[in-house]
Amino acid sequence: MNLKMLTRALSAVGGAGLLLFAASALAVPESEWRRPWALNLPQGVTSLSEQVYNLHMLVFWIVCIIGLIVFFGVFYSVWKFRKSVGAVPAQWHHSTTVEIIWTVIPFLILLFIAIPATQTMVKIDDTSDYDMTVKVTGYQWMWEYEYLDEDISFFSRLDRDSDRARQRNPEIRPQDVEHYLLNVDNPLVVPVNTRIRFLLTANDVIHAWWVPELGWKKDAIPGFINEAWAEIREPGVYRGQCAELCGRDHGFMPIVVVALEQDDYEAWVDEQVNGNGEAEETAEVADEDNGEVAEQEDMSMDELMSVGERVYGNQCLACHQAEGQGMATFPALAGNDQVIEDREWVKDVIINGVSGTAMQAFGNRLNDEEIAGVVTYIMNAWGNDSGEEVQPADIRAAR
Amino acid sequence: MSQAQGAYYVPHDSRWPVFGIPGMVLLAAGFSLYLNGGSWGMPLMVVGAIITLIMTVMWFRDVVNESVAGKYNTQVDASFRQGMAWFIFSEVMFFGAFFGALFYARVFSIPWLGGDDPATARYLWDSVALSWPTAGPGFLDLDYQAMGPLWLPTINTLILLTSGVTLTYAHHAMKENHRNKVIAGLAATVLLGFIFMCVQSYEYVHAYQDLNLRLDTGIYGSTFFMLTGFHGLHVTLGAVALLVMLIRVIKGHFTADDHFGFEAAAWYWHFVDVVWLGLFVFVYLI
Amino acid sequence: MSSTTHDAHHDHHDHAPPKGMTRWLFTTNHKDLGVLYMVFALIMFFVGGAMAMVIRAELFQPGLNLVDPHFFNQMTTMHALVMIFGAVMPAFTGLANWLIPVQIGAPDMALPRVNNWAFWLLPAGFVLLLLTLFMPGGGPAGGWTMYPPLVLQLGDAFPFLIFAVHVLGISSIMGSINIVATILNMRAPGMTLMKMPLFVWAWLITAFLIVAVMPVLAGAVTMLLTDQYFGTSFFSAAGGGDPVMFQHIFWFFGHPEVYILILPAFGIVSAIIPTFARKPLFGYSSMVYATASIAFLSFIVWGHHMFSVGMPLAGQLFFMYATMLVAVPTGVKIFNWMATMWQGSMTFETPMLFAIAFVILFTIGGLSGVMLALAPVDLQYHDTYFVVAHFHYVLVSGAIFSIMAGVYYWLPKWTGHMYDERLGKWHFWLSMVSVNVLFFPQHFLGLAGMPRRIPDYALQFAEFNMISSIGGFAFGLSQLIFLWVIIKCVRGGEKASDQVWEGAKGLEWTLPSPAPYHTFETPPVVK
Ligand code: HEA
Ligand code: HEA
Ligand code: HEC
Ligand code: CUA
Ligand SMILES: [Cu+2]
Repeated sequence: MNLKMLTRALSAVGGAGLLLFAASALAVPESEWRRPWALNLPQGVTSLSEQVYNLHMLVFWIVCIIGLIVFFGVFYSVWKFRKSVGAVPAQWHHSTTVEIIWTVIPFLILLFIAIPATQTMVKIDDTSDYDMTVKVTGYQWMWEYEYLDEDISFFSRLDRDSDRARQRNPEIRPQDVEHYLLNVDNPLVVPVNTRIRFLLTANDVIHAWWVPELGWKKDAIPGFINEAWAEIREPGVYRGQCAELCGRDHGFMPIVVVALEQDDYEAWVDEQVNGNGEAEETAEVADEDNGEVAEQEDMSMDELMSVGERVYGNQCLACHQAEGQGMATFPALAGNDQVIEDREWVKDVIINGVSGTAMQAFGNRLNDEEIAGVVTYIMNAWGNDSGEEVQPADIRAAR
Repeated sequence: MSQAQGAYYVPHDSRWPVFGIPGMVLLAAGFSLYLNGGSWGMPLMVVGAIITLIMTVMWFRDVVNESVAGKYNTQVDASFRQGMAWFIFSEVMFFGAFFGALFYARVFSIPWLGGDDPATARYLWDSVALSWPTAGPGFLDLDYQAMGPLWLPTINTLILLTSGVTLTYAHHAMKENHRNKVIAGLAATVLLGFIFMCVQSYEYVHAYQDLNLRLDTGIYGSTFFMLTGFHGLHVTLGAVALLVMLIRVIKGHFTADDHFGFEAAAWYWHFVDVVWLGLFVFVYLI
Repeated sequence: MSSTTHDAHHDHHDHAPPKGMTRWLFTTNHKDLGVLYMVFALIMFFVGGAMAMVIRAELFQPGLNLVDPHFFNQMTTMHALVMIFGAVMPAFTGLANWLIPVQIGAPDMALPRVNNWAFWLLPAGFVLLLLTLFMPGGGPAGGWTMYPPLVLQLGDAFPFLIFAVHVLGISSIMGSINIVATILNMRAPGMTLMKMPLFVWAWLITAFLIVAVMPVLAGAVTMLLTDQYFGTSFFSAAGGGDPVMFQHIFWFFGHPEVYILILPAFGIVSAIIPTFARKPLFGYSSMVYATASIAFLSFIVWGHHMFSVGMPLAGQLFFMYATMLVAVPTGVKIFNWMATMWQGSMTFETPMLFAIAFVILFTIGGLSGVMLALAPVDLQYHDTYFVVAHFHYVLVSGAIFSIMAGVYYWLPKWTGHMYDERLGKWHFWLSMVSVNVLFFPQHFLGLAGMPRRIPDYALQFAEFNMISSIGGFAFGLSQLIFLWVIIKCVRGGEKASDQVWEGAKGLEWTLPSPAPYHTFETPPVVK
């Protein structure tokens, strides 16, 4: 915004071509790829990504040269054949020979590009032969990761800080958030040097799973599974985003992949499966659901409301808004008569969702206490004052 | 292309198109409101439909009057031919979209869902095997029967083919100036079209009542009813057009070498005929 | 049609247009309708541009600055629909209406009433479309591509969107049928197909594309409608359909559509460059064949928009090869224009400046298109700003620049006055610089990983976004000059000669400036 930035900005545009050249020549270290003024694709961290990058650079240079030929051809004419310098127009308007030349040469160039392109495509498409499988499911607006060979599954959504910073009149500025919009609460953790098969699908609308350093993106389509694979060579943290318009918060469903050495990865798996350490909130929920039916204590109204407020902030706020006022197709909950009066229906909506809409089923994602809390919360917050108290046991019964 | 016959007729001004515009808007907006559950939708839609209908009738009336008054030369006639031919081409492409959907479902999506794509079948749809006709993996417990080619559709095919013959008969008669034969041929064609629609309606009732085959019976019901439904709509339009031509023949609007209105309606009818053959093969037969 | 035609032409021999509102409402005159189309297109360009300004303002800095993400999505969706169906297509159709009859020596369009209808359906369609912005739930927000299932989450706007597309589709189909009929049927004696100006050829092929693909779009959105309200399962896996099926049908329309947005531009540029190079167009017949080949190929490349949906390998490869082939005939056109300038005697009035800029900037857009065509790398480019940069280069500095070139070129013929050359040059240079500041950095953004259709972005994209936005505002403001030049030229100015441009060739330049209301009632003879 200040003058310095502007000068930098303008010089960047001016020297764009040169910079791009420099960027490719210097082969920026991966950790620095995500930085301001980045100009080019990352080389990536898989064998595939490198091949993709090389193909990109090959075709990039070819089209640059063609572009320059056109550019200089036109400018030479403009400069040389100006009427103001007394150019006299020729009257020829046909030459089969040159026309054949400039039909055949581009064709040959394309043929030349097509060969490596075909090879790379064949390689990308080959998902046979894998060491582990991760099933990725897109939701509005988060990802679910299931490790099909382990008993691990969890949800991954925008981290709390980014979420706060992206609001209107934010509590913290985007500039103060590390990895603004590119960080999640629960990253996908995978081992290096392992052929990972990804099974991609979605629950509501189409999403696309994209981590540039892996060298590809693939759509996650409800009702179908797409396959892709990656073999990461270097440990590190790789960030990406959903790349298919999926509604209001499409810009806010990042992806973070943490690639660990084999040993570290195994330790992580162990921790997840045996539940020791600080297991993540959502992962815990998933575990608990499979667990035994615990004796359920009634909760106090205060407890219910505070659990409810937390859950609401995490799960519902994105759509129904901070004050329950709703937005566009997302109905208002505050002052909503049916919400105030019909607790059975509210329970049903939250547990089972409304099929065909963005309102998902939360039944398998939240535990009884949490659902009880959030039901109580929306029936009493923002002046809804129904006085209803919904207990975990009610939820268990309604499931 | 020749200009031999003098100037091209350009109407002075034309009020019917603009008159019809609010009709189109009301029709569209009314239908939308209706679908959104608004109570104003239906009445608005009806008003819109009436305006559109008036536009159509008045517009064609003007054209018929001008034609009868002899304002059109062969070049104008050729423009009409071009216009009609390309219009029919656009209709073919419209049906193409729905045939495309049918092929896609049969060649790709159903096999993929039903096992050709192992991951999809295994992790999302419990590895159910699917084969056409199907209502899809989500409606397996739906109890319905598919619509075979026997007997009604086959009979209907014969009816439509016959109507093509009677129409061609009328056309030949027209060229030879046998007015009564034209009337007979046309009347027979319209009648056959009418019978076709009766049979088709009966088939729909049968599908809904006896076969439990409905518009929402998965992709099979969707393609079946949308294809046959749009076809039926076009048959109705074609029959109305032919009926108008019948009246015009009776009124003596046409001569042996000047009867484009008739020909346009006939082209349209043949197009509807051909679409049916496609339907018969791909929807009923295989 | 009838033997009694001799009195037909007495009907329209008063040469002055009728007065008042009804002139414009009821007109069947191709020049009136051409003007209506172009005025409508200009208004829509500003409406769509205003939406683009909202987009660029929100993206000026990271964070939620101006509009809610949901409204942002409405803006991108509507911006695209308004620009494509409201600005570029009507502008080209307007040019076609005004120019084709005078370029082929016809008294008017073949089907004048249909012409009137086709135009007035446009405002009708846009009333339906734009009103949705004021509905509960807002307007369409699922992208101009309308992919299900997302588009089915629209609120009350949904059926309006569908029917608006239907109405706009009918309008384009009717307009195009008329154009085809005119070209094939109304040419003056001696005007053989291979003597037609290239603008006419380009439109003949474009009109064919429109008639072929708009009905397919109509079918696709009809299936959306029935999926939403009548329980069909075209695009739902549970019922045996597939959301991706919509994409196939949509892009079967959508790819030819993008050539609908560029072929007439080729025609315009092919008219302007020879005029100002004072040298005949190089390779006329190969231009015609190239245009036809592009149109043919456009039907078999749609899958390049869908490389990431998980098509079978064979499909990916087929669409990749077919798409790459398009570069060959397009290259022929570019090289032919270069050869036309070679050894010419060039002057650089505003139309020529825009035409030269077109050749260069369109090439940049086309070359990034060839990069996108490579399936394995498109998996990286897809749905990023790299794609946004690609298509704005071909659409803004391609289609829009060609329209501006055309307007400057023919404005003296329409109004009878020369436009203000100095202002025109200002408009050109400001547009030329700002459009590159606006869209060139978007290539970098895309490669560096910024997805498209997002209202907010990670911090490392801040710099280039700010540059792009500044370029955007500058480009937008520059268009006010364009508006001013047009208004000024309509209201007065130096009297234009009939020939207008020293090197201009073609029937339209044999007419007086401004051209009379009715022209070529007796066809000219073309040798
Ligand atoms: C006027 C509109 C227009 C035009 C003319 C083009 C022209 C081309 N487009 Fe573009 N395209 C769009 C509008 C257009 N496009 C739009 C709107 C989208 C996005 C839609 C959306 O998702 O919203 C899109 C998206 C798009 C994609 C999908 C990207 C993605 O989403 O992942 C692809 C992929 O192949 C592509 C390719 C091409 C190609 C190969 C051409 C070719 O026709 C270009 C040919 C021209 C040249 C190549 C330059 C001149 C040639 C030479 C100088 C000869 C020598 C050259 C070589 C040998 C290479 N386009
Ligand atoms: C012919 C088509 C066309 C045209 C002409 C344009 C013109 C412009 N487009 Fe566009 N655009 C598309 C077609 C087009 N676009 C399409 C198809 C998409 C994809 C949509 C989707 O994802 O679904 C898109 C998407 C799109 C995006 C990406 C949105 C996203 O993915 O989130 C952006 C962002 O910068 C953008 C910007 C612009 C700008 C700045 C202009 C400028 O050229 C506009 C300039 C014109 C004006 C500004 C109007 C005139 C001036 C005034 C009104 C005066 C007032 C001026 C000021 C206050 C400064 N467009
Ligand atoms: C992804 C967006 C989204 C999220 C997250 C979401 N909802 Fe909803 N919700 C919707 C939509 C859309 C509807 C409207 C469904 C319909 O059309 O009937 C809805 C409907 C409802 C309704 C019924 C209101 C009515 O008038 O129809 C209730 C109650 C509700 N949501 C509560 C919740 C609660 C509690 C949560 C969090 C645990 C939540 N929602 C999370 C999108 C969402
Ligand atoms: Cu999920 Cu975009
Ligand atoms: Cu395309």
